[in-house]
Amino acid sequence: MKKVLSAFVLLLVGTMVYAGGYRVSLQGQRGLAMGHTGVAMINNAELAFFNPGGLIHLENKLNIAAGGFGVFSDVKFQNPEYGQSVQTDSPTGTPLYLYASYKLNERVAVGLAVYTPYGSTVEYPTDWAGSHLVNSIELSAIFIQPLASFKLLDDLSIGGGPILAIGGVNFNRNLSRSTVDIDGNRSNVEIDAQGVNAFGFSVGAMITPSDMWSFGLNYRSKIDVKVEAGDGDAVFTNVPNSPLSPIQNGTYDFTATLPLPAEWTVGASFKPTEKWTLNFDYNYAEWEAYDSLDLDFLNSDGSVALESRNARNYKNASTFRLGAQYEVSSKFALRAGTYFDESPVRDGYFAPETPRNDSFGFTGGLTFNVTDKLAIDASFLYLRFKEVDASYDYYEENGVITPFEGTYKSSAFSPGIGVSYKL
Amino acid sequence: MKKYLNYIALPAIALGLVACEPEFDNDITDEGVYTSGEADFSNYVAVGNSLTAGYADQALYITGQQNSYPNIMAQQFELAGGGEFTQPLVNDNTGGILLGGQQILPNRFVLAVDAEGNPGPARLSGTPTTDITNVLTGSFNNYGVPGAKSFHLLAPGYGNVAGVQTGQANPYFVRFASSANATVIGDAVAANPTFFSLWIGNNDILGFATSGGSGVDQTGNLDPTTYGGNDITDPNVFASVYAQEVAALVSTGAKGALVNIPDVTSIPYFTTVPSQAIPLDAQTAGTLNAVFGAYNTQILPGLVQFGVITADEAALRQVTFQEGANFITIQDEDLTDISTIVQGAPFNLDPITAGLLSQLRQTTNEDLIPLPASGVLGTTDQEFFDFLVNVAGVSPEQAALQSINGVSRPLQDANVLTTSEQTLIANAQAQYNATIRALADANDLAFVDAQSELQAVAQGGVAFNGGVLTSAFVTGGAFSLDGVHPSPRGYAFTANAIIDAINEKYNATVPNVNIGNYGTVTASNDVN
Repeated sequence: MKKVLSAFVLLLVGTMVYAGGYRVSLQGQRGLAMGHTGVAMINNAELAFFNPGGLIHLENKLNIAAGGFGVFSDVKFQNPEYGQSVQTDSPTGTPLYLYASYKLNERVAVGLAVYTPYGSTVEYPTDWAGSHLVNSIELSAIFIQPLASFKLLDDLSIGGGPILAIGGVNFNRNLSRSTVDIDGNRSNVEIDAQGVNAFGFSVGAMITPSDMWSFGLNYRSKIDVKVEAGDGDAVFTNVPNSPLSPIQNGTYDFTATLPLPAEWTVGASFKPTEKWTLNFDYNYAEWEAYDSLDLDFLNSDGSVALESRNARNYKNASTFRLGAQYEVSSKFALRAGTYFDESPVRDGYFAPETPRNDSFGFTGGLTFNVTDKLAIDASFLYLRFKEVDASYDYYEENGVITPFEGTYKSSAFSPGIGVSYKL
Repeated sequence: MKKYLNYIALPAIALGLVACEPEFDNDITDEGVYTSGEADFSNYVAVGNSLTAGYADQALYITGQQNSYPNIMAQQFELAGGGEFTQPLVNDNTGGILLGGQQILPNRFVLAVDAEGNPGPARLSGTPTTDITNVLTGSFNNYGVPGAKSFHLLAPGYGNVAGVQTGQANPYFVRFASSANATVIGDAVAANPTFFSLWIGNNDILGFATSGGSGVDQTGNLDPTTYGGNDITDPNVFASVYAQEVAALVSTGAKGALVNIPDVTSIPYFTTVPSQAIPLDAQTAGTLNAVFGAYNTQILPGLVQFGVITADEAALRQVTFQEGANFITIQDEDLTDISTIVQGAPFNLDPITAGLLSQLRQTTNEDLIPLPASGVLGTTDQEFFDFLVNVAGVSPEQAALQSINGVSRPLQDANVLTTSEQTLIANAQAQYNATIRALADANDLAFVDAQSELQAVAQGGVAFNGGVLTSAFVTGGAFSLDGVHPSPRGYAFTANAIIDAINEKYNATVPNVNIGNYGTVTASNDVN
């Protein structure tokens, strides 16, 4: 077991570039193994994420679930007209989670959830054909959420809690396709801001009309991660030493807002026999909040030195999820699932920093109950994207719209492992 | 546990391998997507002059060499079986050249903003480090030698350092000639090309053009060793040496592409300064017209009457000004020199006025004004001013009025490329290009009509993803700050034109480059 575990730990490297936009749906082994469902299923402490309204239904007094994922994700880009071809250089990314709930009495449970629902790490070869849009990007957000769950009626419970989101961004791109300094180095900007705080909340409700059926609803609020002056640095390099340059070399404060969109989930869980459970979840993410990525670079006196407006114009997007669990014995449970993840990116807004198109996810996993209290959970995800010819048509050079287009193909694979503990 | 783990782990690992490598339906890195057709790009050798070397901004510097059209082409050739492409890179990006520690060629131009906020070309500051006495050894792929004319490629000793000061050798070739007595073509052939490009002959007319036609049209003179630097090469000499060069390059069995000579009128060096460049207010125009009144109405008709000049010449020599933009006054060496005659009866002009009128006319729309004249027009001819004040005893006010370049002081021949000079250039160019075309056909080589391609850029421009490439100076994107040589974007456009011709001739499928990914002029205020 130890050997397997260390092997998996070694695998905890990769990148987070999937699920619509920069949403990363890797919030629990059991949920993921069933197509990342769980809004209506009473299983373990993962409910703290999927539906805090259900925590009160957990049988044990104390429930803990923790784990992580290794992400292997790649994007290929090519443009046959010019013979351009690149593949992203997968950097590391390890989404983690920790959930706990404690039943105070038959009607009230409290809990804690720590998870990473947003992230995007893409690294293209420096100065590649789309380097004026992105060389590399690393977005991350950790959500920390105290929770409470109440049983209002025998078959109705609710729950929720405030979210402290701690976000970070590191983004590198060239100023244009061709501006270079005297030695031919491309003019470049790298922005970095870590530990930016923002607040939100999530609430959920669960209806359990029978032993066979349960229904769930969960809402996670929008959170605007705002980078204010002083929160981070923007470093410009290789800018020609000239008054004609839009900005000079050096370090600048900057402001930016990145919305982490509100998300609705409704779902049902059906238990036709003792051994089988079937889940259906539907997610609706209000991506319209991500209209434009606006950056203002500031002079030391606070005035705007340079603006960067990057239209995104995302649309709200749905994800349809199916999952099944089969309890082989008291020791084992096997799971499988699938989902269809609709991209929030509209035609013509396909920016290589989040090369997203519609995708199908295929998942599987198992639980091994080591003891009555401790279980090992494992899962995997294979995410399949269709090859797509796409362009980003909102980049301007000298006032002229300059589309960036090509063929993209992405794929992602993510094994995960975790533990569930109950007392 | 173990049993179950296998069920999960094995497919998981298999899927992982699949997932880590997304595959395109048609991956362009697969073999056979881009092909060389009947050509073989494994050892591409480029031969030519400054254009082939990647010269720009009146200098040779590393990033310019990296953006040379042969290097751009070689990167695309790599997609179709092309091999490594090595260039005799200079040491730095300042562009200046040293000979034994002494700077013999100036630094490159950059786009600098002056104290008044006006952008314009200026020399980059810094000490150059490229000393031509540090000779590079080995075989190269780019045998572009800035300054070379057609016959220079066959001249032994063109890379001999001892000949640089006397003008017998070329400092750029000295840097990488295989021996003091080597020829450019000899070294290029020794590099054993499987494919070559040859673009030579531009300098056989360009020196004449950029000097405002101050050289000699050597048509009829078959001995190029007697030519001056600004002369036009005899077309038969060109045909002879060009044929020898092609023969040498195909002798290894290589296929290749021949590139013809563009019009000098398509480069911003000649299209930036308008011939109607003198702005005048109504009062000044009136004053000047009064000054030239007697010349127009009495002297010129009188000279026609005496049979000194024709009525046509008299009409050409009329000088008139108006409010607004005016044509420049010039000394045209093709006109009859009347300075002696008008000093005699019945005109009895003073020598200074006679000198002014000697071969005077105003430009027409057909005359071309070289770029450097922009720094002369409207300024005071200081030498003439001093002469008027100190020798002729003219008052400083009056002398200032008589010393305005392009108005009261006609531009000298070197600052104008007249229509007759243009005709000499065009005639030679047409014959060179006929030779190039014929030799391409005779040797079954790709022919690149650079003349038409550059004409398209000059006349309205060529659209690309991100704008329109034109030959407008500084802003058009196609040309570097010397107004003669392309910018990186201009070289990328050139590379595409050559690639297209090669694809067509040899049924190859080498892709173009996206010229929007290449820069234009480089801005810097690190200037002297």
